[in-house]
Amino acid sequence: MSQSDKGKATLVGDTLTKIYRTGAIEVQALRGVDMQLLEGELIVLLGPSGSGKSTLLNILGGLDTPSSGHVRFRDLEITDGDESILTRYRRDHVGFVFQFYNLIPSLTARENVSLVTEIARDPMTPAEALELVGLGQRLDHFPAQLSGGEQQRVAIARAIAKRPDVLLCDEPTGALDSQTGILVLEAIERVNRELGTTTAVITHNTVIGQMADRVIHFGDGHVVGTETNAARSPAGGLSW
Amino acid sequence: MRALNKKLVRNLWKLRGQVLAIAVVIASGVAVLVMSLSALDALTETTDAYYERQRFGEVFASVKRAPQRLLEQIRTIPGVRSVDDRIKHLATLSIEGFEEPVIGQLVSIPEQGQPRLNQLVLRTGRLVSPGHPDEVVLSEPFAEAHGMRPGDTFQALMNSNLRTLTVVGIALSPEYVYTIGPGALMPDDHRFGVMWLGREALEAAYDLDGAFNEISLGLLHGTNPQDVIDRLDRLLERYGGTGAIPRADQISNWFLMNEIRMQKTMSTILPTIFLAVAAFLSNMVLSRLIATDRSEIGLMKAFGYSNWQVGWHYAKLVMAMAGVGILLGWASGAWLGRVNTEIYAEFYRFPLLIFRPDPGVFAIGAIVSLIAALAGSLGAVRKAAKLPPAEAMMPPAPPLYRKTRISGSRFILWLDQPTRIILRQIVRSPAKALFTSLGIACSVAVMIMALQWLDSIEKIVDVFFHDAQRQDMMVGLVETQSDTSLQSFRRMPGVLAAEPMRITSAEFHVGTHYHRGAIEGIPGDPKLQRVYDAGGRVVPVPPDGLLLSTALAEKLNVNIGDVIDVEVLEGRRPQRSIPVVDLYETYIGMTAYMNIDAFNRLMGERGSLEYVTLLVDSNQLSSLYKELKALPKVASVTLKDAAVQEFNETMAETILIYISFFAAFACALGFGVVYNSTRIALSERGRELSTLRVLGFHRGEISYILLGESGLLILLGLPLGCLAGAGLGWFMTSAMDSELYRIPLVIEASTNAIAVLVTLAATLLSAAVVRNRLDHLDLIAVLKTRE
Repeated sequence: MSQSDKGKATLVGDTLTKIYRTGAIEVQALRGVDMQLLEGELIVLLGPSGSGKSTLLNILGGLDTPSSGHVRFRDLEITDGDESILTRYRRDHVGFVFQFYNLIPSLTARENVSLVTEIARDPMTPAEALELVGLGQRLDHFPAQLSGGEQQRVAIARAIAKRPDVLLCDEPTGALDSQTGILVLEAIERVNRELGTTTAVITHNTVIGQMADRVIHFGDGHVVGTETNAARSPAGGLSW
Repeated sequence: MRALNKKLVRNLWKLRGQVLAIAVVIASGVAVLVMSLSALDALTETTDAYYERQRFGEVFASVKRAPQRLLEQIRTIPGVRSVDDRIKHLATLSIEGFEEPVIGQLVSIPEQGQPRLNQLVLRTGRLVSPGHPDEVVLSEPFAEAHGMRPGDTFQALMNSNLRTLTVVGIALSPEYVYTIGPGALMPDDHRFGVMWLGREALEAAYDLDGAFNEISLGLLHGTNPQDVIDRLDRLLERYGGTGAIPRADQISNWFLMNEIRMQKTMSTILPTIFLAVAAFLSNMVLSRLIATDRSEIGLMKAFGYSNWQVGWHYAKLVMAMAGVGILLGWASGAWLGRVNTEIYAEFYRFPLLIFRPDPGVFAIGAIVSLIAALAGSLGAVRKAAKLPPAEAMMPPAPPLYRKTRISGSRFILWLDQPTRIILRQIVRSPAKALFTSLGIACSVAVMIMALQWLDSIEKIVDVFFHDAQRQDMMVGLVETQSDTSLQSFRRMPGVLAAEPMRITSAEFHVGTHYHRGAIEGIPGDPKLQRVYDAGGRVVPVPPDGLLLSTALAEKLNVNIGDVIDVEVLEGRRPQRSIPVVDLYETYIGMTAYMNIDAFNRLMGERGSLEYVTLLVDSNQLSSLYKELKALPKVASVTLKDAAVQEFNETMAETILIYISFFAAFACALGFGVVYNSTRIALSERGRELSTLRVLGFHRGEISYILLGESGLLILLGLPLGCLAGAGLGWFMTSAMDSELYRIPLVIEASTNAIAVLVTLAATLLSAAVVRNRLDHLDLIAVLKTRE
């Protein structure tokens, strides 16, 4: 990434709304959200549960479509895309990290990463990716042989191995104790810093906001405020 | 309704696809059982009622000619309730529009009213009236085959007199439920028919005034027929009696009972296999289904429900699922049973049909299915209920996979990740994998077992009709003739070769072993009717001694070199000890062959014969038929082609229907197994598959993982099924052995192929249904909620 790319929007959401209909009930999860993820930045989306932040992340990641509004990845309009365009987008450009790791239990750490590198255009090797999250020694362990934090770091390695343009993390530390959570955050921070991957982390833990370039506060389906940190705190220094 | 019951109803609705698939499997087992047993019951009850109502005789005897005054003595035999004497004769018929010779079995009935025994069921028209010797009542199958109705006429050659007979009625008789002509294996209603004439007409035609040549007896309840037979034989011996027989050996009844016995074997063994397979499958499916419900079980326990309550809740779920299957099975089984019985009634010509399915049969099907389903599911419930609620509510820890020898091998490194997922899934839970493979194997095996009948029958026809018999027809003579008549046959138009043959009733005794049958005398080096071993060789007829079929040798417990005490029941009734010189294997009948010259020496006769086998030029059949029809000494003509055709048609009518039922049930099994196992796999692994979708895998790629696994297991199951099918086929064919048939186990490659293809089609259908579900996976929902 050249210096001139910094500040350019990688991913843009434009007046996004999302209405879930279950039977007679309508739930408005997003009420007109505008947001931009700039090239190489790390943002944290903070908000209570049910505020719509996961819905936003799912729409930005091509897992879901908005009821109205647009999502643009660089010059690619993905909102109108059919299923195969969304799959393509996820495959080539987006890395996901989930609260519950979602590793494939029948594959080792290395193989879980290979799962993605085998279908990616210009991936790093699984060993490199796992090295990056500090699991260079646990390549051939199955998920059941790894701790929760290790499993989550495998999930991160799996997400970044294809050198995605965008890394989306939904409550990546939600199922972990604080010590392990910090190890995971360090891995995310390192990926963002060393690979320049545009990163969005969802959390309801305000402390995590300190490691971000920007913190976007979410409430009741829309953005209630944005703050820019003058300097990012290193993840290793956080505690909760 | 209590909340828990509401949950039950809603769960059932949510799982309706699987409920239906399990129900179909259970229903198959129940339906086959109900169908088979109720049809069998109906057949037995109908037969009993028919025999009872029409006073079917209990002892039968034929003589050359006995005076009617003998009847007084016969009536005084202890145990005899009623006596009916009559005249029976074969005649050659000429029927307009039918070129081949037709054989008529003429039976006398009183000039007025019904006979005392073996009464007729009049279908249309009337019985004969006194003083009208040309009136005849036809048996219904024969009348239908020739489209004859009251008022129609035809010609019969009766003792050298060509007579024109007028049909006055059409009837059925308990004596001819299975109307089989002399020397035939199957009923042939075109070429053999039974007809009843007034007593006086037959007395006059055959010079039997004041005499009879056939008698049947009704017995008092509890009488041993053998005692009566012994006394009767002594009375009839001097009148040319060939030995009285009990009802059990009466030809029509013997065939009918033989068929009922075969049906009984089929209807006990097949449904048992089916029910067992269905029970096994529902057991496995339900245990997996409930294992996926573990967090709900934890939740219920957290609320304070006892293990017993949780267990009962799932028991109800399972009973409801099994209940749907049982009801479906009952309904379809009862309906198919009725259809099946109607087919029998049609085939066997019963004038009435008693269909009263036994409630016990329904109960057995239900109980077996319920127990199997409950046993499978309660094991899973107990396992889930044993966990502390908190643990049960958490998703199960990632299942532990370990490195195995294969995972480090070059082979596995060469595979892509999705394929590794498939292989590890199978290696990790071989029991689950085995279940799918076994289910498929069961389905293929049942199908092969059903289809192999056709192969076996073809083999029987090949060996019996084509390999052994080189003749085109067999002509039966009215009486034993000298071999000069053979020359007259050789001179007939179109006859290329003629060989003599004798078939004479005889009894065989070896110690306590006994067989009543016949000795067939054939030339030492026969060119037409050959002795053909099923193993594929022509067996030479030894100059002396007996050449026995292995089935008869087994029945008499003899081997080559042993001696059999033979009592011939005709002519001078010689008794002799004759050695067994050779054995041969045949699929039909239990024949004892002898060189015809040796046999004639035994009988003290010279150059005698009762049958002539003919090889003919098919271009001259018309003129040959014309001559045969005019020849008074001809009692019967059996055409090989007609016999083969008749054999095949009969098989098609009875066995094919049965086969198609089983093929359909086998499909239901295959579908049920694959649908359930993939559907459960989908709910167990929906999260994993959704994750892959999120990671950018296409629908086709994740379908590959789920369906590829099923596909691999199916491929594994197919050859297993072919093996198991051969095993089942062997079991069935050996269980069906009877005096009449031994069914060889023959499975053609095409049979395996059909079974495999049909099963594959059934599984593809279920895979398509699951694939449709895969395409609609809710990615987000699956990732958010935990299991």
